[in-house]
Amino acid sequence: MRDHYQLIIIGAGPAGLAAAVTATNHGISCALLDEQASPGGQIYRAIESAPATRAQVLGSEYQQGKTLAEEFRACSVEYFPECKVWSLNSEREVGVLYKDQSKIISADQVLVASGAIERPVPFPGWTLPGVMQAGAGQILFKSAGVIPSDGVVLAGSGPLLLLLAWQYMQVGVEIKAMLDVTPHSNFLSALTKFPRALLAHHYLTKGLIYQRDLKRAGIVSKMAVSNLKAEGNGELQSISYRHLGREHSIETGLLMTHFGVIPDIWLTQAAGCQHRRDSSQQCWRPQHNEWGNTSIDGILIAGDGAGINGVRSAEYAGRLAVLQALFSLGVISQAERNQQSINPRKQMRKERHIRPFLEAYFAIPQNMLATTDKSTIICRCEEITAGEIRAAVDNAHGDSNQVKYLSRCGMGPCQGRQCANAVAHIVADAGGEAISDSSLFRGRPPVAPLTLAQLASLSAENAS
Amino acid sequence: MFKQLQNNDLGNLEVTLDGCKILVPQGTSVAAVVLAQGLRSTRTTPISNSPRAPFCMMGVCYDCLMIIDGKANQHSCATYVKQGMHVETQQGVGPALGDAR
Amino acid sequence: MNTDILIIGAGLIGTSTALQLAMRGCRCIVIDKASPGRHASGSNAGGLRQLNRDLAEIPLSVAAAKMWHNIENLVDSDCDARFPGQIRVAENQSDMHKLEQRAAMVRSMGYQHEEMIGRKELFQIVPALAPHCIGALICREDGYARPYHALTAFRQKAESLGASFHSDCEVYNITQEGDGWSVRTSQGTYNSSIVVNCAGAWAGELAAQMQEPVPLTPKALMLMVTERLPHFVDPVMGAESRKLSFKQMQNGTLIIGGALVAKLDFEQERTDIDWQQLAASAKTVLDFFPQLQDVRIVRAWAGIEGFMPDNIPVISASHKANNAYHAFGFSAHGLQLSPVIGLIMAQLILDGLSELPIEPFSISRFNH
Repeated sequence: MRDHYQLIIIGAGPAGLAAAVTATNHGISCALLDEQASPGGQIYRAIESAPATRAQVLGSEYQQGKTLAEEFRACSVEYFPECKVWSLNSEREVGVLYKDQSKIISADQVLVASGAIERPVPFPGWTLPGVMQAGAGQILFKSAGVIPSDGVVLAGSGPLLLLLAWQYMQVGVEIKAMLDVTPHSNFLSALTKFPRALLAHHYLTKGLIYQRDLKRAGIVSKMAVSNLKAEGNGELQSISYRHLGREHSIETGLLMTHFGVIPDIWLTQAAGCQHRRDSSQQCWRPQHNEWGNTSIDGILIAGDGAGINGVRSAEYAGRLAVLQALFSLGVISQAERNQQSINPRKQMRKERHIRPFLEAYFAIPQNMLATTDKSTIICRCEEITAGEIRAAVDNAHGDSNQVKYLSRCGMGPCQGRQCANAVAHIVADAGGEAISDSSLFRGRPPVAPLTLAQLASLSAENAS
Repeated sequence: MFKQLQNNDLGNLEVTLDGCKILVPQGTSVAAVVLAQGLRSTRTTPISNSPRAPFCMMGVCYDCLMIIDGKANQHSCATYVKQGMHVETQQGVGPALGDAR
Repeated sequence: MNTDILIIGAGLIGTSTALQLAMRGCRCIVIDKASPGRHASGSNAGGLRQLNRDLAEIPLSVAAAKMWHNIENLVDSDCDARFPGQIRVAENQSDMHKLEQRAAMVRSMGYQHEEMIGRKELFQIVPALAPHCIGALICREDGYARPYHALTAFRQKAESLGASFHSDCEVYNITQEGDGWSVRTSQGTYNSSIVVNCAGAWAGELAAQMQEPVPLTPKALMLMVTERLPHFVDPVMGAESRKLSFKQMQNGTLIIGGALVAKLDFEQERTDIDWQQLAASAKTVLDFFPQLQDVRIVRAWAGIEGFMPDNIPVISASHKANNAYHAFGFSAHGLQLSPVIGLIMAQLILDGLSELPIEPFSISRFNH
């Protein structure tokens, strides 16, 4: 690993891989840092090693990743797998941990392709063993061929839930129920976005096919479900929910939930980039322009880390951001940049036609984002409940950072990754304030934990 | 709760899980392996001693922490299995640190 | 808005001053450009240390220690204060010699709180320590508190006695009008008979506006904290010749500091962690506690504090104007002193003098 590169790309998902291929075609020095052992990110996880039968079940969208991974392997990027990025600052200095040695390297341009995480939505019992995120189910399947053995209940909202149900059905997993929390009112608000979504009808068609197949298989599916609870003593034993005014329960040892995905903003927060609340996507994302420039010179963002637009869009965004980086580096002219951006930009726009419809249709109800159930654990690490957060709001001057100081909410090992959004919503709700750009916790580095020995190795590296 | 689909492409490694020797496929995460082995929880919390299990499987939630090769608080979802690895469920903050001497 | 006493800065010093004034029945308002405890007061390491204080600070620190040991009587909360002692370790004979001289000096001033311990007792108190250490200076009554909790308890008690706190209230300028003051802020103008400057890192700017410039330097001190660990050390640890400040909190996390300075953009109030310094600090910790090598740092931060060139605060009536007072520049060791500073300031303002020796902290010391 060198001390300096012209371009550092962080993340080997679709945006990062496409960016690396485009960048090295222009002969610049470029490093790609990724935490996983092989390229693909979460969406194309294990794309190089998944057996053909598994890849087939995972679908054509997954298999498209194979070509991208091959192009990436063929390009001249310096690829550092199993490399943990623990810091990024406004000077474009990147703290990395590679082979147990920490080091700070720098770049003229840094492209953050950090991708998305599942939106954590707390509900009663969500910390019980046996409750998992749907993405976790998919990762188990993609990376290890591990699937539920005694059935599963799927609950929540969003396309991934449908996709996972369909994939599980293909490999014979018993789906005890599909519980959709999407309220009926979302349908009306989504209606106006429908005409534009028709321009991306292949997504709609695919969704309808999945739904038809699940229905034909006789899978129980409930719409507009509320009051989802996971119950059990020490582990999940049953779930309960309300549907059409009545309470129901299902015995199950496994519940997978999905409430959409949100950008992973820990690196851009650490760098000090400005972030904006996106009310349509119900998340915070780094402010950026059409080329992926953030508010900090030389730090670019592409893919779902910039705002959720899906896997294909991420690939195009990665290429566009690299064109901008190449222009900033003086490798290509403005005219060349503009010329080469025409096609990817056109493709990207096409991919995004579906998004406003999906965002409106799958919007998470406000009472789930800011739960009023006082006993629900919000901070999984420090075991802080919604009631404790609401009680701290006044003394904390309605500031989620001070709620954190008072309650320790967000101070555990995950550093607020699981609770920051919920705390922001609850604090705003309790204080009667609107959610704002600055409602989230301030980022506190390191972005990933580092042992004292690993941190100390930085000073040895520096001295050598 | 979980099982592994038949897969003959990957070689087998020997790993010790809570004292028992098991054969596991190469290239998988510790978390995937222990879930497929039927383990329900991977740790208990330091505060209320409540059992927890892998939740996100992508390094975000820190609920899959285990003791791996004697080191506490290891991310089992982000650690790949290795031949001869010792994996243990973690109780609370884990074992005592001991003296320097 | 009119008030008798306007305190600028709702950190621990301003809040403690408001509390003592309110206890004596005074009407006061505390204004802060952000919110109470937003900077150094809310983000410091929480040390309650009499050990190895500047000699001038010893009488104040000893008085403050008595208040901390009865803090619940003062603010109705224990502020999560614990008193497992603070230790300053000697690694060699030269360290030992310096610490012995220090202990003798403190004894000669008539104080007994700092004492030497040998190797045997040191390892009885801290069995986890690396074996090369040979002795230490100890103050057994010292300890730590949770700073933001302490601040909140002080503020709530002051409020219950009638003090008001106004957040998001940034001072634009201060002018003297007759015997009183007019303070123009982002929330309107405050007219007050008396002004108290407790503005921490921003106190230098205020003092300059009050025609009394001081050489205050804002700095951001870094701290890092680990994941929760099994209990393994009781006292707060320091070392005579190394940058070590280290404690295990009630919840098992370790807080590691040691006067390490972050990169600071004071105008933007933006701090950037200096990892090379934290790496050196991690190495120091491992020299004393090698068994911590696999312990993970989960968070690092820096709080913005005001430093004086002689590293002792300004605690003083103004030497230029009537009805103006200063308490700032605590140079990263104000938490322990804060209860007694409130008391001193209330005495200065209401009685014209303090029963404790504060001459060394006069603002006039920078005049020549």
